[in-house]
Amino acid sequence: MNIEVLGPGCAKCKSLYAEVEKAVAQSGVAATLAKVEDIEKIMGYGVMQTPALVVDGKVRSVGRIPRASEIAAWLGKPIGGN
Amino acid sequence: MDSRFVEVSEPKAGGKAGWVWGLAGLVLWYGAYSRLAALAHWATFNALRLEPGTRTASAAEFFIFEAPKVLMLLLVVVFGVGVLRSFFTPRRTRALLAGRRESVGNVLAALLGTVTPFCSCSAVPLFIGFVTTGVPLGVTFSFLVSAPMVNEVAVVLLFGLFGWRVAAIYTGFGLAVAMASGWVIGRLGLESWVEPWVYRMVHAEEEAPEESLAWPQRLAAGREAVQDIVGKVWPYVLAGIAVGAFIHGYVPQDFMASFMGKGVWWAVPVAVLLGVPMYSNAAGIIPIVQALLEKGAALGTVLAFMMSVIALSAPEAVILRKVLSKKLIAVFFGVVAVGILLVGYLFNFIF
Repeated sequence: MNIEVLGPGCAKCKSLYAEVEKAVAQSGVAATLAKVEDIEKIMGYGVMQTPALVVDGKVRSVGRIPRASEIAAWLGKPIGGN
Repeated sequence: MDSRFVEVSEPKAGGKAGWVWGLAGLVLWYGAYSRLAALAHWATFNALRLEPGTRTASAAEFFIFEAPKVLMLLLVVVFGVGVLRSFFTPRRTRALLAGRRESVGNVLAALLGTVTPFCSCSAVPLFIGFVTTGVPLGVTFSFLVSAPMVNEVAVVLLFGLFGWRVAAIYTGFGLAVAMASGWVIGRLGLESWVEPWVYRMVHAEEEAPEESLAWPQRLAAGREAVQDIVGKVWPYVLAGIAVGAFIHGYVPQDFMASFMGKGVWWAVPVAVLLGVPMYSNAAGIIPIVQALLEKGAALGTVLAFMMSVIALSAPEAVILRKVLSKKLIAVFFGVVAVGILLVGYLFNFIF
């Protein structure tokens, strides 16, 4: 699984990144996590607000910081939902 | 995907119980808010036993009244605006602005700038997303000027500390500056001063489905706005009000009149110039501005200073340098500065 956090490195981008790390750790999904700061790549996803979250090439959230539980659901492993 | 998990846990937060709690909270809020003046009076003279008529008492009563008042107003308005903003995404705003004629476009862009969620850190993707999909350059600038300048924190503070008239004047003229400066930049036809790679960029359609949020999520957006904005801004508000309280109690009346008063013609341009390198949010600057005003500074000069601090910031210029040539940034700042100057002189002339 390939997770990308899009954003030029503002405070919110960092908190999104931390939230994704939490979601990955808690759900135990094998995933590679990357920060994308390059503006052309960000625009390539058609995103106008940062931070944005991309999972396996699909834009999942734009301009907000979803909770770890929400992110885990996108990873296919909801936390606590067995 | 376990949808059952999501469905069971989400509606709880904002079901009927949520509305009841919200309403009860609002009633409590109003009850406390409308008694603040009496409470501050009681706290100053009965609880603290300060001597009526002294400077200390006057400063203390000011702080005890203003600090909770402004924080309570912020809480409610930031929550409301957070919910309101969940209806406006940059994508919808862009759809409304794309291909718009100028003038109508400038007016619309300035208005939408106030309600569309915006943070200067996403100014670049937003700029590219706008101009590559048919939003005229001048219309984009109207949006970029109004979005940071006319924001809920500024308006609440102005309303709380100066009353509705000054808040309305600031909002109205902030919008006017945004509309006019965007229109002027559009007339100048400066598209060639945008960095050339911007227009070559292919802007992909956003793949994320337009999230249609349910009410619990909109209320959650309001809560997040409160955590995010009020959580960040409250120390500045308190510090600003403390400075204001000190000036209110100790600085002699009309102290500012000699160098920020109406008769001082050069005060307005100096205020605008001073404002550019100062990068502060509205929360830090307005309580101090209030004190200046109270001690004889002219309203136009003070408004110009405030608009310049909030709308023209050096860090934003650095961010926009990625997509705009230096010349275009200079024109952008110049045109907005002239607009602010005119507002300043106009107000000193009228009031």
